[in-house]
Amino acid sequence: MSEVAEREPLFSKKNKKLITDPLNDTNPVTIQVLGICSALAVTVQMDNAIVMSIAVLFVLVLGNVIVSLMRNIIPGKIRIIVQLVVVAALVIIVSEVLKAYVYDVSKSLSVFVGLIITNCIIMGRLEAFALSNKPWAAALDGVGNGLGYALVLVVVAFFKELLGSGTLTIPGLGKIDVLASLAESSWYDNNGLMVLPPSSLVLVAIYIWVQKSRNKKLIEQ
Amino acid sequence: MDLLKLFIRSAFVDNMIFTFFFGMCSYLAVSKTVKTAVGLGAAVIFVLVVTIPVNYLLENYVLKEGALAWLGPEYADMDLSFLSFVMFIAVIASIVQLVEMLVEKFSPALYGALGIFLPLIAVNCAILGGALFMQQKNFGNVGEATVYGFGAGFGWFVAIVLIAAIREKIRYSNIPAPLRGVGMAFILTGLMGLAFQGFLGFNV
Repeated sequence: MSEVAEREPLFSKKNKKLITDPLNDTNPVTIQVLGICSALAVTVQMDNAIVMSIAVLFVLVLGNVIVSLMRNIIPGKIRIIVQLVVVAALVIIVSEVLKAYVYDVSKSLSVFVGLIITNCIIMGRLEAFALSNKPWAAALDGVGNGLGYALVLVVVAFFKELLGSGTLTIPGLGKIDVLASLAESSWYDNNGLMVLPPSSLVLVAIYIWVQKSRNKKLIEQ
Repeated sequence: MDLLKLFIRSAFVDNMIFTFFFGMCSYLAVSKTVKTAVGLGAAVIFVLVVTIPVNYLLENYVLKEGALAWLGPEYADMDLSFLSFVMFIAVIASIVQLVEMLVEKFSPALYGALGIFLPLIAVNCAILGGALFMQQKNFGNVGEATVYGFGAGFGWFVAIVLIAAIREKIRYSNIPAPLRGVGMAFILTGLMGLAFQGFLGFNV
C-alpha cells in the first residue's frame, strides 16, 4: 500500500469541483440535456419531484460506484448490457422500497420509477465517468449530478405546483395551501395551463434562459 | 376498427413525446436536421414494433401473477412481476443488438442510413416506456400490443420530424442569445405539446 502516502485528500479541490460543477456549469438537465423525460413528467407536485430526485441520486451514486469498481473486468463490447443490468437491479430496489413506504407517491410516479433505468443521466455518467475513474471520484460525481438534476426538478416543480394548483406539497408536511384558498374566494385564479405537461418544457426553457444569461460562457453559437 | 382506434389513441392522444416526454434526450439531440430525424424515427418505430409484442408475451406467460400456470399447478401462484424491469431491459437490449446485426446483413443501405442510432435506441426511454405502459394497459392479445407499439412509434416519428423541420428554419431567426439551441427547442416542444393537447378531447 505504498500509494496511500500520495493519495489526495478526500475533498481536494478537484473532488469538490466534481460536486459543484454539475449544479451550474455542466448541469445534467439544462446544459448536457440528459434525463429530460423524467425531469419534465414528475414535476406536477413538489413531493413527486423530491422523491424522484432522491431515487435518481441513490441509483446514480451506487451505480457509479459499482461500475467504477468493476471497470477493469467489464469487457468493452458488452458494457452497455452490464451497466443496464446493474442499474436495473438498483432501480428494482428503489421501486420496491417506494411501494413499501410511500405508496401514494409511487403510484403517481407510475412508470417513471422504472424509467430511471433508461434515464440518460445515469447511462451518460456511467459511460463518461465511472468507467474511467476511481470509486470515490465516481461517487462524488454521482452526488454532484444527482443534485444538479434535483435542483432543476425542484425549481420547476415549485413554480408548476404553486402557479398551477396554488399549493406546495412537501414530504412530511403535507399539502400547504399558499394560493389555493385565495383562488376560491377572490379575483385570483390558478393558472390551469401550468398543470398541463407542456408547461414544464417552457419552465425549463426559462430556467435555461436565466442560467445562461447569468453565465455567458454557456451560450450556444 | 378497434385496432384503428387504438392506433390513433397511441399515436396522437397519448403521444410519447408531447404527453409523456419519453425519449426526449435523443429527441432533442438528433432533431437538428430532418434527414437524421427521419432515420431515428424509423428506427424507433421498428424497434417498438418488435419489442412490444415480445415483452407482451414475456409479461403474460412468465412475469405476471399466475402467468406460469402453464408450467404446472405448483407454479400457478408465482408472481415474478418485480423482475419485469430487468427482463424488459434485457429483452430490449438484446433485440436491438439482434436487429442491428440482421439489418447490417440483409440491408446495408438501411443500416448505413440508421447508422449509430440503432444501438442508441436501447437506452431510449420511449422503448422501455412503451413496454411499461403495455404492462399497465392489459391488452387482450399480441395483435393489440403490436398495434400499440406501432402507434406509439409513429407518434414519436411524427414528433421528431416536426421539430426537426422547425429547427431547420428557426436557425435563421433572431433568438435571444441565451435561448439559442436547446432553450428554443424546449419552448417549441412546449408549444407543439399544447397543440397536441387538443387531441385529448378525441373520444376514441
